[in-house]
Amino acid sequence: MAPQPPLLSMSGITKSFPGVRALDGVDLDVQAGEVHCLLGQNGAGKSTLIKVLAGAHQPDSGTIRWRGDDVTLRSPIAAMRLGIATIYQELDLVEHLSVAENVHLGHEPTTAGFVVRGRAAKASTARLLQRLGHPEIDPARLVGDLSAAHQQIVSMARALSHEVRLIVMDEPSAALDPDEVDNLFRIVGDLTADGVAVVYISHRLEEIRRIGDRVTVLKDGRAVAGGLPAKSTPTKEVVALMTGRNVEYVFPPRPASAPQGDPVLVVEGLSRKGEFAPIDLQVRPGEIVGLAGLVGSGRSEILETVYGARKPDTGRVLVDGKPLRPGSVRAAVRAGLGLAPEERKAQALLMLESVTRNVSVSSMSRFARLGWIDRGAELGAARAAVRELSLRPDNPDVPVRTLSGGNQQKAVLARWLLRGCRVLLLDEPTRGVDVGARAELYAVVRRLADEGLAVLLVSSEVPEVLGLADRVLVLREGDVVHTAPARELDEHRVLDLVMEGSPAS
Amino acid sequence: MTQPVSPPRDSTDKVPSAAEPPAWRAVLFRADVRTMSLLGVLAVLILIGGITKPDQFLDTRNLQLVLTQASVIGVVTVGMTFVIISGGIDLSVGAIVALASVWATTVATQEYGFGGILFTAVLVGLGCGLVNGVLIAYGGMVPFIATLAMLASARGLALQITDGRTQIVTVDGVLDLGERDSYVLGIPPLVLVFAAVTVIGWLVLNRTTFGRRSVAVGGNAEAARLAGIDVRRQRLYLYLLSGLCCGIAAFLLIVLAGSGQNTNGNLYELDAIAAAIIGGTLLTGGRGTIVGSVLGVLIFTTITNIFALNNLQSDVQQIAKGAIIVAAVLVQRRTASTT
Repeated sequence: MAPQPPLLSMSGITKSFPGVRALDGVDLDVQAGEVHCLLGQNGAGKSTLIKVLAGAHQPDSGTIRWRGDDVTLRSPIAAMRLGIATIYQELDLVEHLSVAENVHLGHEPTTAGFVVRGRAAKASTARLLQRLGHPEIDPARLVGDLSAAHQQIVSMARALSHEVRLIVMDEPSAALDPDEVDNLFRIVGDLTADGVAVVYISHRLEEIRRIGDRVTVLKDGRAVAGGLPAKSTPTKEVVALMTGRNVEYVFPPRPASAPQGDPVLVVEGLSRKGEFAPIDLQVRPGEIVGLAGLVGSGRSEILETVYGARKPDTGRVLVDGKPLRPGSVRAAVRAGLGLAPEERKAQALLMLESVTRNVSVSSMSRFARLGWIDRGAELGAARAAVRELSLRPDNPDVPVRTLSGGNQQKAVLARWLLRGCRVLLLDEPTRGVDVGARAELYAVVRRLADEGLAVLLVSSEVPEVLGLADRVLVLREGDVVHTAPARELDEHRVLDLVMEGSPAS
Repeated sequence: MTQPVSPPRDSTDKVPSAAEPPAWRAVLFRADVRTMSLLGVLAVLILIGGITKPDQFLDTRNLQLVLTQASVIGVVTVGMTFVIISGGIDLSVGAIVALASVWATTVATQEYGFGGILFTAVLVGLGCGLVNGVLIAYGGMVPFIATLAMLASARGLALQITDGRTQIVTVDGVLDLGERDSYVLGIPPLVLVFAAVTVIGWLVLNRTTFGRRSVAVGGNAEAARLAGIDVRRQRLYLYLLSGLCCGIAAFLLIVLAGSGQNTNGNLYELDAIAAAIIGGTLLTGGRGTIVGSVLGVLIFTTITNIFALNNLQSDVQQIAKGAIIVAAVLVQRRTASTT
């Protein structure tokens, strides 16, 4: 008996953008009912490939066969009609519409073709949410009022509201807590049991081990390996395929002796109602202090309050013993604080501008006399900062949007380096940064600390906090539940602390 | 886990370095293409004018007239360009010009002569800009709404001051500026003011911290705030700047018309926004050029002149302007999407 043709078979897909060959002859086979993982560094072509699959990009060449027939995916609607649904990383929901309205957007149940049957939409939405294990989400609520995790569920409900045979999920776990991830995996399991195929994109290898059936690895727009067994292929081999070399998560060594000097940053009883309880912490020059905790534990909020981007209800922040004016970013920056925020593109970068201008934006007055900018001095300083962090390309005139995630993060660090900042606040410094570039970023942060910078680090990835920080504060729902040197903790201990006493789910 | 890491060079630099020279060249090229295409449109218009009315259009006096007319709206457009680059909008420019021109030409003001008129026009412009800026930057009002309110109130106040009458200027020093005798090498003084405002505007936008901050606020206000820029103060300054430009424009208009009227500056907001848009300024903020905006003004003024010389009514002009705006934006979207 001839083997069944794959549900989807893409072959020789190429796609070029001006200056970049994003896809260079990619093949991808997906069988019904399997979880097919797509791995690759940023810029490897994953996003372009799934956009081709979603009908959002037209390939320059190559063929797409769907259940044995050649098809052309002219538009997202065409892809949807075939039963291909895509859940993008950046959720595409309308915040001001209700859950039910979002789920049925574009295919509302109607009477006489245009009168929307709201009750039917709500009922079918409730059924979908039930199936997804979240009956507590009210279909009538506005999507903008939901948590990120619940928004993701709504996005998934929308995908399932169509007759779907293939779901593409682009880093669905990035914004989720561990128990939410478990639920996600249960949903994926249910879907595949029904014969639906899932194309799953994630940076987290351990997730791929748990739910993946096969793995396709992309590198520089080519599929360097197709259909490897997801559970048994050694990590080293996968990483080597992705990076073209053997690296694992590598953290730089800590200095032999713990930093001694007086703390440069002192936080006393800082709190914000409903976000985090009064917190005390100190960071010495040369020290990296990590905050570990789940999404919603108040980590980012603490960092932003220290930085003055949020106004505290109680407590104060001192730099070199001098209290900062509460709720003032400018006071914090003047005192020597610098923030690398979680959402780099939305909160840190001027995406239309060059690296130079992104780097110099916080120290412009240094290069200016009476407001007149000495562009030579500015460029020279930006170039020096870029070199020091080995940001690539090392030409600071290129637009910042052409940089990879890791290099964009370096541009943010260069900004504060140039400013001469003394306390660096890092919020999820490696989000959207691929595996190879992470190690380099860790090394940069450690080097800056060794040069005397005080670093306060927040990350949802526990190994990152444990590997990079000297001292770790464990947070649970806005409370510091434990403080210890990083060497005395391990991932399980931290997760125990984080989970302890939290309601069972 | 404690091995020092040598920076893994080959992975991170691949994509950017491959894209680097083309991306940079593309930016340069695109900026050039935009300016060149605007110059091209202007050249075609001049050609059309020269062919349809060879004697009248290319006459020195007519060219002086075109440039003089462009000066008033041009100065307003420079201020508007800054506001739009910063992600805002100023719908009140026409009304501010009207209010400043009538306040500066009341009998009481004219007693103070040339200086009184200039000073009052500029001060009224700044005052309106201050109100706009405070409402937007510190009152948290949406620019569209705040300046719409200013549009209505300033026009109302202008009507109240004049009671609908034209206020003739009797100060000789002001009137003289509009006479041929005061032309410098054949260039009317108003055009020189416009040129100066353009040059200063270009320098401020491209060479000063003020310009950088304006672009940063428009490109990403949250990032600008977290980078330590005082976003609110910057917004206040920007509306003050727009008000200042309106005050200067009002003075130019007084010189040009020899009077102040409450109907002055009608629909300037639309002309200034349109000129900035076809000049390549992003309505969402973060990008724009003074050169583009000024070319936009010159294109519109030249069209108006050619239509007038050919005895075409203003309704036809309006339709043509609308078509040009649509065409310009479509062309820009094409060039933007190919990079």
